[in-house]
Amino acid sequence: MVTIALVGGPNAGKTTLFNALTGDRQLVGNWPGVTVEKKSGVWTENLSVRILDLPGIYALTPYTPEEGVTRRVLTGQRPDAILNLVDGVNLERSLYLTVQLLELGIPMVVAVNRLDVLEKRGQALDTAQLSDRLGCPVTALSAAKGQGVDRAVKLALSQARAGTPPRPVSIFSQRVERALEDIGVLARSVLPREGRAFYLSKLFEGEEEAQKALGAGLALRQRIDLVVSVCEEDVNDDRVERIAAERYAFAGDLAHRCLTKGRGGRSMTALLDRVLLHPLLALPAFAAALLGMFWLSICLMGGWTETLMATIFRGRWSLLGRELLGVVPLLDYALSRMGCPDWLTSLAVDGVAAGVGTVLTFLPQLAALFFCLTFLEGCGYLSRGAYLLDRAVRRLGLSGKSVAPYILACGCGVPGVLACRTIRRESCRRLTVMTTTFLPCGAKLPVIALIAGTVFPGAWWVAPTAYLAGVGAILLTGWLFWGSRWFPPGDTPFLLELPDYRLPALGDLVRGTGRRVEEFLRKAGSLLVLASAAVWFAASFGWSQGAFRYLAGGNLECSLLAGVGELLEPLFAPLGWGDWRAVVAAITGLLAKESIVGTLAVLCSGGLPECLMVPAAALSFLLFNLLCAPCLAALGAIRQEMASPRHFWLTVGWQTGLAWFVALGVYQVGSLL
Amino acid sequence: MTLEQAKVGQTFTVLHIRGEGALRRRLLDMGILPGTAVTVTGAAPLGDPLELTLRGYTLTLRRADGGLVEVAEGRNRRW
Repeated sequence: MVTIALVGGPNAGKTTLFNALTGDRQLVGNWPGVTVEKKSGVWTENLSVRILDLPGIYALTPYTPEEGVTRRVLTGQRPDAILNLVDGVNLERSLYLTVQLLELGIPMVVAVNRLDVLEKRGQALDTAQLSDRLGCPVTALSAAKGQGVDRAVKLALSQARAGTPPRPVSIFSQRVERALEDIGVLARSVLPREGRAFYLSKLFEGEEEAQKALGAGLALRQRIDLVVSVCEEDVNDDRVERIAAERYAFAGDLAHRCLTKGRGGRSMTALLDRVLLHPLLALPAFAAALLGMFWLSICLMGGWTETLMATIFRGRWSLLGRELLGVVPLLDYALSRMGCPDWLTSLAVDGVAAGVGTVLTFLPQLAALFFCLTFLEGCGYLSRGAYLLDRAVRRLGLSGKSVAPYILACGCGVPGVLACRTIRRESCRRLTVMTTTFLPCGAKLPVIALIAGTVFPGAWWVAPTAYLAGVGAILLTGWLFWGSRWFPPGDTPFLLELPDYRLPALGDLVRGTGRRVEEFLRKAGSLLVLASAAVWFAASFGWSQGAFRYLAGGNLECSLLAGVGELLEPLFAPLGWGDWRAVVAAITGLLAKESIVGTLAVLCSGGLPECLMVPAAALSFLLFNLLCAPCLAALGAIRQEMASPRHFWLTVGWQTGLAWFVALGVYQVGSLL
Repeated sequence: MTLEQAKVGQTFTVLHIRGEGALRRRLLDMGILPGTAVTVTGAAPLGDPLELTLRGYTLTLRRADGGLVEVAEGRNRRW
């Protein structure tokens, strides 16, 4: 097995390339931080080639946790070859990373991406000269258009097979080279053969991580420091700055020589930013973009699609004198024709089909939401949101970088929580993790739609209230917890690149939406089937007439589930929904939020319990479920990212406690009105 | 002066990056180096962060972090 790692700056197009090579459908985005974990796939053309997609980096010294992943893979695991994806539109800064990657001594191919854009701008790229000056093969490609992709991988593969590291090229000035040589002599006992140049430059910079990795003792560090100090005096500059300056000088010179100037290319982006980043228009435009997304998926796609899907599932029509049945009646008919026992038919029809079917009713709305999110990620606006809101959320301990996790969380909390890795400061990152799932995810959308459609038909304000409640909870949490001993205060730096706007390719949009829909369907097909079946079982068996038996005819009150639910009822009675069915629904929501609707469908045959038909109670039920602890998958992600049991339990406790009190307040005040 | 006091529309030449540690390092890695020309192309609606153009790309950073970047107005010919 040969491993080729895709390495490049954030937004260089690694994930697009990865998808093209592996046939995978990883989400592609146009914002720094789309990929926060390494992903691995197999090249479709040659199954013995493994492709690694690594988080984007600007330099080899990591700044945020997700960048640390790339560094660890490159220095620890050492892939067989690096395919360095270079953003042709941003050549100078990309080459700054390239010259550092060369030092690793891993066989490498440089692929200049966005050839299509360069051609459109009339810029010519001299790959021969680039290759000569960098000491490794250079090729040009367009990952988005699929041009030159195979050639790049084939080149990387032949480099990997031959095992030829890049030819050493001189990048630094003579004075710095001399200091590096001296360090090489001093540290010869600890320097590894592989990646020697990399460690030399890191020792020169005095990077602690490299010193630790090499096990450089105090005496050695002091002697190196002396060498570097003398060099610093000679060049009248400090070590880190000097190295960066010389690398940039090399990269800038190379970019200047190898890429001709073209016609002004940022015009479209500049034009859009004139409006979208306008001092007065920017914030309204941002709000409009988000509201538009929710309006489109909940209001415009709501209602009629629910009716349509419900008809498909439960309807009966007559066509040309023949009766046609929806999925559920058909199942019912088929099972009874086959002579299934009552309980089995009921399990399939009233349990699984009712639970899963009701959730699937909301699929069109979810697909619309997923489509909008995919577009938002792909077009380059997400980073602008971070830039616009940074100042507003700073006082609450959050940063502009919290914005992308929040928006992603509207689709699903798990990627939202993972995206927090792009935040450098631990307490800011933890605060974002803690608050990310307050925003209603796609799985909570059916609950919103169900309550809005059943209890408040025609009301426009229910969905916006749900999202505003999430925002309110985030603000309140920041205000309360920032500066406490769990989230020590301190300024979080904010440095973020704004990518050019890009119209996402239709294929990427469809694939991205498809991937999210598929995840939803997979969950519906596994977890929800089990949950619905379990709920049906617990609701259909119980003690009746002195014996444990199957309760035919919907006599739910004696069931096991009713018993459990009634135990917990007193906890939720003050919230206005002391009905065991509502309580059980909220609890199954821990498994997956879609289950709330599924459970209600199983227990109330498609409707809502009477107590929830009271507006105040319905709102309290909705808010409780939106704000309380998220599903198990999201809890797992939170636990992993918090990396601290105390913070994890604080989060769960706070979310659930806050949800309870908010629901209590809404119900108590609401019933007074 | 530093970038913290920068006004929108001005172009500066970087003189020195203050401080030490990770943020300084990141500023250098992003190409903010002595001699680099930086144009302040905008500011967020609430006045902060700043939107900068340098080396052909757009970077946003908080004014407070810009306080580490000493600059002189105008494009310096020496570099």
